[in-house]
Amino acid sequence: MVGITSYGAYIPRYRIRRKDIYSAIGWLNPASLLPGEKAVASYDEDSITMAVAACMDCLTGIGRNEIDGLYFASTTMPYKERLNSEIIATALNLRPDIKAADFSGSTKAGTTALISALDAVKAGSAKNVLVCASDCRLGKPGGYIEEMYGDAAAVILVSSEDSIADLLDSHSVSYDFVDHWRADGDRFNRGWEDRWIRDEGYARFIGEAISGLIKKSGLSPNEVARVAYSCLYERAYTIIGKKTGFEAAQLLDPLFDQIGYVGTSYPLVLLVAMLEGAGADEKLIVASYGNGSDAILLQTTERVGELKGKRKGVKENLESKRRLKSYEKYIAFKNIIPVDTGGRGEEVAGTAISTLWRERKSILGLTGSKCKRCSTPQYPPQLICVNPDCQAVGEMEDYAFSDKQGKVFSFTEDNLAFSVSPPAIYGIVDFDGGGRFLFDVTDCDSGELKVDMPVEMSFRRKYLDEGRGFSGYFWKATPIMTTKEG
Amino acid sequence: MGIKDKVAIIGMGCTNFGELWDKGSEDLMVEAFGEALNDAGIEKNDIEAAWLGTCFDEVNVGKSALPLSMTLHLPYIPVTRVENFCATGSEALRGACYAVASGACDIALAMGVEKLKDTGYGGLPDFGGVMGSRNRMIFPNLTAPGGFAMLATRYFAKYGITPEEGKRAMAMVSVKSHANGVKNPKAHLRREVTVDQVLAAPMIAWPLGLFDCCGVSDGAAAAIVCSPEIAKQFREDAVYIKSLQIGTSSGEELCYNNWDGAHFETVTRAAKRAYKEAGVENPRKEIGAMELHDCFSITELATYEDLGISPRGKAKEDIEAGFFNLDGEIPCQPDGGLKCFGHPIGASGLRMMYEIYKQLQGKCGERQIADPRLGITHNLGGFPPMNIASLFITGLGKG
Repeated sequence: MVGITSYGAYIPRYRIRRKDIYSAIGWLNPASLLPGEKAVASYDEDSITMAVAACMDCLTGIGRNEIDGLYFASTTMPYKERLNSEIIATALNLRPDIKAADFSGSTKAGTTALISALDAVKAGSAKNVLVCASDCRLGKPGGYIEEMYGDAAAVILVSSEDSIADLLDSHSVSYDFVDHWRADGDRFNRGWEDRWIRDEGYARFIGEAISGLIKKSGLSPNEVARVAYSCLYERAYTIIGKKTGFEAAQLLDPLFDQIGYVGTSYPLVLLVAMLEGAGADEKLIVASYGNGSDAILLQTTERVGELKGKRKGVKENLESKRRLKSYEKYIAFKNIIPVDTGGRGEEVAGTAISTLWRERKSILGLTGSKCKRCSTPQYPPQLICVNPDCQAVGEMEDYAFSDKQGKVFSFTEDNLAFSVSPPAIYGIVDFDGGGRFLFDVTDCDSGELKVDMPVEMSFRRKYLDEGRGFSGYFWKATPIMTTKEG
Repeated sequence: MGIKDKVAIIGMGCTNFGELWDKGSEDLMVEAFGEALNDAGIEKNDIEAAWLGTCFDEVNVGKSALPLSMTLHLPYIPVTRVENFCATGSEALRGACYAVASGACDIALAMGVEKLKDTGYGGLPDFGGVMGSRNRMIFPNLTAPGGFAMLATRYFAKYGITPEEGKRAMAMVSVKSHANGVKNPKAHLRREVTVDQVLAAPMIAWPLGLFDCCGVSDGAAAAIVCSPEIAKQFREDAVYIKSLQIGTSSGEELCYNNWDGAHFETVTRAAKRAYKEAGVENPRKEIGAMELHDCFSITELATYEDLGISPRGKAKEDIEAGFFNLDGEIPCQPDGGLKCFGHPIGASGLRMMYEIYKQLQGKCGERQIADPRLGITHNLGGFPPMNIASLFITGLGKG
């Protein structure tokens, strides 16, 4: 039966406490204070990089060549024209003969992509489709939306066999309900009145989608083990559940106080969290929201426990966090206020796109080479073996570095180099198993890095060339977090 | 093999180095050239070929040899521009030396010039545009201090030195150079500093503070070289090239896991070849003066070891003993070095040679080394995992 065979998640390390936002700019809108914190993508992250991180988690131990499709859902795609899903697929070293598609336009797009993948696999046109949803939406400074919107990504692998949860059914409703909108060229959402959105939007559409699904499936609400859905209003979450026939105990913690309202990825993040906690033979319902709602019914299999401890998932990502104390730093990271980068920061050389195309495997995919004669891994990929005792010519095969861990060989914290988050930390990484190169280090505070510290690789936006509308992506090293909160 | 005693320097010129807001590269070249011509006692038309060293063409005179030939109005002779990162100045001198050694011409000119203070910000021009279209997509947005700071980090780790101990040894390197620079009217930064001042300076790229870094300046230096036969006609105290060696990274340092990150493999290899070419068996005894590429204090410290002067991991002991001070066994940076001159890229290699040339001729006044014997210039381009190291050994007279 068609179902889910793997999952992954990524929640950016930075969390900002809503109280810290409120302390800085709450004067503008004194009634806006909300409890808890929200996840914040760093200055070098966007919906694509977060999706790559979640996919890396999902594909742990799974051959990249098995994947036949990659569906990417987001309302914050970095490119309007350039297939965002294929940037992710290239970073993951997926085959070129796959179906790559972008789903957008609504925060419901994540579940729509998931249903489309389930349909494609059910119809036999693909065996394994990766569905990733990722968003990093912005609220205008000082508005309550700023405290609510968080950043995260989640990934579901949909396959034709060996599932950990089978797809039983889905039900969708669509309405041109204009609660929030963002026109071409807008950075921030506009919105209508919240009471109207809460009662006529969330309560009604989620209720319709879930009730319709239950009716269609001939179930009663008490046969469902867990339910979760996107909800912008914390108190309305339980009320919607009750109205639809569920007890509070059936409702999953919506994580609103920990990550915020994370857009298209929200229902998928909740689904991953549900699967992490689920036992065998449980019925689960997840529903999205955004110009209507999609509700999906799943039933876990006896395999559901097999991924436990093998994925970072939502659980581990929630624990790996560091506090972003400064609201001013937050709005600088989000490029909301112009900051003085100095002359050095203004110098952005153009990107040679034909070079990027030619070198896409090594740049976007961090693929190096391995000498077939002496087995030395090397990055960037070499034509002549770098081992002085080998020097074989033309005997290289591809070698993936993106999933390899390494150790810091040397590093510096550079106050002169331009960085959105100075000092610029970079260093030489010696990869476990061989290979060495120089990388930026990210998600790392001044004073934290040490020689020999273990690191892993993370796909990031290396530079943003605003003048030419181009995001340059590459891999950075990041310390493997051992402490829970930095 | 080699060019020992096949080439002599008969004239040199060097401008004052500094933030020369009212001078362009043309002014600097004319000034350095005039001094060199006077010093050699030749006419402009005696020069048969010339080499121009400049690095950052974005903020300087642009590409090609034309800025030199058209500024000096050289009479349609062969002129070439060379560039090899911060070893550019030595590359210009190498071109001129090889031309003479090969017999292709009798008298050649090497000119190095850099006008750095036209960027609008401190430090060197940003590397973003100079690394090549592929590399700029994968290299960190690194700066020169950051690139060399990683050498210090690794040196401390390898030899088990605490950052405090390491920083103190590096500080003494800078203190010594500043003490020499005070005595040099051509230097940019002319004031003594104390170890405590160096240690208290703002951090540029950990663990390198402000006084671990050389200045950023404008300047030019020039050399006129000729065959030994010609040299004798012009002066008794011509300075002879005893060896000229360059070591260039093979890619192993950056991409293979063998390099220890605490030394320059290029310098180590080039030094062995240079001593062999010059017939130097015990550098610690036979070398009498050194101008090293002290872009950063750690560079100079590691180079003492790469040149075989100090044993590996022991440079600190020689530094503490004053071995490299002006009154020490091998005075190093007698003119104040890059530390006090700053580093107009194309000029630095020739500026180093200017000092050794003057020291060998005994013309350095209050900073004169008593017995300079043989002098070394060491000019380094790039950064520790990927660099070009240029070494010259020179002495008075042949043999």
